[in-house]
Amino acid sequence: MRHVLQLCALLEVYFMEKMLLKRVDIPNSTDIGVAIKHGAYSVLEKAFAMRPVDVVNEVKRANLRGRGGAGFPTGLKWELCARVPGDLKYLLCNADEGEPGTFKDRFILQQDPHLLIEGMVISGYAIGAERGYIYLRYEYPKALGILEKAISEAYDKGYLGKNILGKGVNFDLSVHRGAGAYICGEETALIESLEGKRGQPRIRPPFPASQGAWKKPTVINNVETLSNVPFIISLGAEVYSKIGEETSPGPKIYGVSGMVSKPGVYELPMGTTLREIIFTHCGGVRGGKKLKAVIPGGASTPMLTPNHLDVKMDYNSLVAAGSMLGSGAVMVMDETVNMVNATYVLVRFFAHESCGKCTPCREGTSWLYQVYTRLMHGQGTPDDIDLLLYICDTVKGKCFCPLGEGAIQPVLSSIKHFRGDYEQCIATGKCGH
Amino acid sequence: MSTSELKETQAHCKPAADKIMFSDAIVDAVKNVQKRYPDAQGAVLPSLHIIQKEYGYLTAEAIRFVSQQLKVPESDVFGTATFYSLYRWASPGRHQIQICHNLSCSLLGAESLIAHLEKKLGVCEGEVTKDGRFSFIRMECIGRCDGAPAMLVDDEYHGELTPEKIDAILKKYE
Repeated sequence: MRHVLQLCALLEVYFMEKMLLKRVDIPNSTDIGVAIKHGAYSVLEKAFAMRPVDVVNEVKRANLRGRGGAGFPTGLKWELCARVPGDLKYLLCNADEGEPGTFKDRFILQQDPHLLIEGMVISGYAIGAERGYIYLRYEYPKALGILEKAISEAYDKGYLGKNILGKGVNFDLSVHRGAGAYICGEETALIESLEGKRGQPRIRPPFPASQGAWKKPTVINNVETLSNVPFIISLGAEVYSKIGEETSPGPKIYGVSGMVSKPGVYELPMGTTLREIIFTHCGGVRGGKKLKAVIPGGASTPMLTPNHLDVKMDYNSLVAAGSMLGSGAVMVMDETVNMVNATYVLVRFFAHESCGKCTPCREGTSWLYQVYTRLMHGQGTPDDIDLLLYICDTVKGKCFCPLGEGAIQPVLSSIKHFRGDYEQCIATGKCGH
Repeated sequence: MSTSELKETQAHCKPAADKIMFSDAIVDAVKNVQKRYPDAQGAVLPSLHIIQKEYGYLTAEAIRFVSQQLKVPESDVFGTATFYSLYRWASPGRHQIQICHNLSCSLLGAESLIAHLEKKLGVCEGEVTKDGRFSFIRMECIGRCDGAPAMLVDDEYHGELTPEKIDAILKKYE
């Protein structure tokens, strides 16, 4: 009987088009009544029937990896926090989504907030946290209203607050709005910002799992990561981990933008190839132009070329191809784009967002920006390529947090793959696209 | 920016929020939001948001008010407030245009749209139109890349922009 049930669940997964985004297209999906009718909060009962440690183990066995960018194993993060003794722990949802090109979480936040809330209640139960915050970026004003309404509805229906479902589980949740700082997507900077301080990263150790928000054990997970949790519990780790790529299974929301015919979010099994995403799902390059470059996972992930189209879009495969999955934000550039110009835009961003705490990042990003500004004004010199590489070297591996490391990726990868654009820009003084 | 510089920049602005007594509603809202946090300092960002929403921008007086309400040193509140890009220090237009110039939008023409906006409004980034209707700023990725090039007018998203579309959108805001 058990096997038959498992087989049914497997078939269900196989034929299910969407999990994470299944409710986003339903009219009024943000209304709790509509969401419940379509399955929201249905997994709480099953989760509360398990011991918290079993919920943690289920997520570990499912091999869920963080969808925010770093790809850290979620179950392990939880276990580290759950093991720390103490009654007061925090669960933080990272909804800062500031990585340029990334917009996947917006769909969940604005169109299915109850999925995230359900995921947070289960996750809080697993790690022993009774207090949660959603750290929401300032630039999502619409999501702010939707989340606050959804949270208040969930309180009214008893899915948040004291003694949820009469099972003695407590979980309080509120939204904390950011104020425009990319760095706050870094988890220790996020904590500082939550505490009302300047959003600059903290030294580690201690890690947030032992001393995070207000010095209490804290877990920080991305919106999409937390939204996977109800499905892991309802399907079971065994069935869930059959979806997508073996080493990092599950559904993945790819957000595709730039020069494709159909930009948007696409929920596909983890490990779908870049070619399938761009050409099958997004209708190929806009206007029948030729593909020139792809950024596979947001601004801080190295650029790829048409030679890399068959790479599987998962953590390990992209590292092997010389890039990273990041947030799964695919940015597509066609043959008309000058890569010096494209990189200039990204470098300008990183120089603006460097928090100023450590010298290599603060100075490195602003120097890069100055050299690119010179190139864009047609005043580049033949030494500038080497100068850029030298600046990258002074940043690489020397920064306090990953921002600086991310900032040099577009520079290094564009010089590696598109050196001709730089040479031409310097020779002719023309770097526009 | 130092506190004295801050006062200088406010001198010519109207209505100056530092001439306004913070209302009971604001006092209550700041008190209420503190309940969400285990200590008062947690309420610094939301308190600043409450004031910015009400008056449009922050002032030295706003920093002092938050400091007094939360019993957090004024210097700490000021340090926090000036770290973030989207707290404003001067009165914006009645409607604030926030137009994205990051990669996905710039690939699809954001720079020429910004040039169009500057011409159409007759102001540069960060300035307010003479009639006080609009101000605009460039933004680093507003997470609307699927509808690039995109902008926010107040809290409303507008995507797949063209110069003509921008003209039509601006007409809707008084």
